[in-house]
Amino acid sequence: MIEINNISKAFNGKAVLKGISAQFQKGETNLIIGGSGTGKSVLLKCMIGLVKPDQGNVLYNGRNFYNCDKETQQSIRREMGVLFQGGALFDSKTVEENVRFPLDMLTAQSAEEKRERVAFCLQRVGLEAAAKRMPSEISGGMKKRVGIARAIVMNPAYLFCDEPNSGLDPLTSVKIDELIKEITEEYQITTIIITHDMNSVMEIGQNIMFLYQGDKLWEGINSEITKTTVPELKEFLFSNKLLREMQE
Amino acid sequence: MSVIGKYFIFLGTLFGKGEKLSVYWRRLMEECVGIGVSSIFIVAIVSTFIGAVSCIQTAYNLVSPIIPISTVALIVRDMEILELAPTITCIVLAGKVGSNIASELGTMRITEQIDALEVMGINSSSYLVLPKVLAAMLTFPMLVIFSAFLGIMGGYLAGTLTGVITERDYLYGIRDSFVPYNIFFMCVKPFVFGFLIASISSFKGFFTSGGALEVGRASTQAVTNSCISILIADYLLAQLLL
Repeated sequence: MIEINNISKAFNGKAVLKGISAQFQKGETNLIIGGSGTGKSVLLKCMIGLVKPDQGNVLYNGRNFYNCDKETQQSIRREMGVLFQGGALFDSKTVEENVRFPLDMLTAQSAEEKRERVAFCLQRVGLEAAAKRMPSEISGGMKKRVGIARAIVMNPAYLFCDEPNSGLDPLTSVKIDELIKEITEEYQITTIIITHDMNSVMEIGQNIMFLYQGDKLWEGINSEITKTTVPELKEFLFSNKLLREMQE
Repeated sequence: MSVIGKYFIFLGTLFGKGEKLSVYWRRLMEECVGIGVSSIFIVAIVSTFIGAVSCIQTAYNLVSPIIPISTVALIVRDMEILELAPTITCIVLAGKVGSNIASELGTMRITEQIDALEVMGINSSSYLVLPKVLAAMLTFPMLVIFSAFLGIMGGYLAGTLTGVITERDYLYGIRDSFVPYNIFFMCVKPFVFGFLIASISSFKGFFTSGGALEVGRASTQAVTNSCISILIADYLLAQLLL
C-alpha cells in the first residue's frame, strides 16, 4: 500500500499541489485524473522521488520515502516500476537490452536467469518477436509495452504509469489498459496511473482521484464517478460531446 | 557564480555511490570508441593540412639568407608540439565531441531516459558522465600525439613536394634543438582539455530542460564554453609549466 500525506509543491511561488492526501491499495489500479496542468505528473514525480515535495510525506508499506536512510530509499526505489509517458527507452539499446537493463545493473543473476526473465516479460507483453529491434524501429504502442516489460522485470511491488495511452489509437489504448490491469491483479501490485483518458477511467479505474488546480476535489470508484455532483469533475467528464449526449 | 557552483556540485555527484566496476569498464570502452576512435578521421585530416600549411607559410616568411632553411622544419615541429596539435585539435574535438555529448545527454533528459535511470536507483550522472570524462582524458592525449605526428608529416610532404625545403633539411630541422620536456607539456594539455570538454558538455546536456530547441542551445553553449575554457586553461598551463 502507498500512502501520501499532505503533499504540497510550489514552483516559483506558484502552488502546483495543495496538501494532497490519499491511500492506494495493493492489487488495484488507482487512477489520478484531471485536466492538463492540474499537477498530476508533479504528484507522480513526488511519489517516485524525482521531485521533492515542499511538505508532506510518502509511505511505502509504512516506510517514509523522504525520511529514511539512503539504503531504505534505494530498496524502495528497487521495488518500483515506472512506465514513462514516452516509454523512456534507451535509444542505443535493443528492446531486449532495454528490458534486461535493470537486471544487469541491480542484480547478480546469471546470464541464463536474465535471459529467461527477459523472455518471460517480453512474452507477457506480447513482444517476443521484437526482442532484437531498436526502439526507433517499433511503434508507439510497442514502445509502451516494452516500457511495461522493463517496469515489471524486477517484480515490482509498485507500478507507476504516466499517461500510458497518450498518443495511441483507441484499440491500442484498450490493450495497454487491459495489460496493466492484468499485471496488477496477477502480481498483486499497487498500481497508480495518471491519465485523462475517459475509457481508462471507466474500464480499469478501481479507485479514482480527481485533481483540479492542485487540489483533490473527488475520490471514489468508477461506478460512482458519473453520478458526481462536483461541477469541475462533471465538466471534465462530460467535456466530450458523445459522453454529454449519452448523459442526457 | 551559481552556474559555476552547480557545475562543481555536478562534478561531485560523478564520484558518488556508483555501480558495479564491470558496468563502468564496459561503458568506458564504449565511450573510448565513441569519443576517441570515431574522431581519428577528422583529427587526421585537420592535422595533416595544418602541418602542410604551417610549413609553406613559414618558408614563405623566412626569406633571410642568414637563417638556414632547416629552421622551417624546426618551427613546424615546435608549433605542432607546443600549440597546434594540443590546442587546435582539442578545439576541433570540442566541436565534435562536445556537441555530441551535450545533445546526447540533453535528448536523454527531455525524453525522460535520465529520469528512468534515477527511478531505478542508479546514480545517473556517474553512470552516464563519468565514463565520458575518463574516456576523453584517456583518448585525447593519444589523438594529440597522433595529430602532432601527422602535422609534422604534413609539413614534410608539403615542403618536399613543393620544393621549398629538401628532405635532408627537413629531417635535420625536426631533430635540431629538440626539448623532450615539450612532449610532456603536449600530453598534459589534452588531458586537462579532455576533462574540461567532457565535463562542461555533460553539464550543459545533463541539465537541459524543454524540447529540441533547448537541446540545440545546450549543444551550442557546450561548444562555446568548452572552447573558452580551453583557451583559458591553455594560457594557465603555459604560465605554470613552461
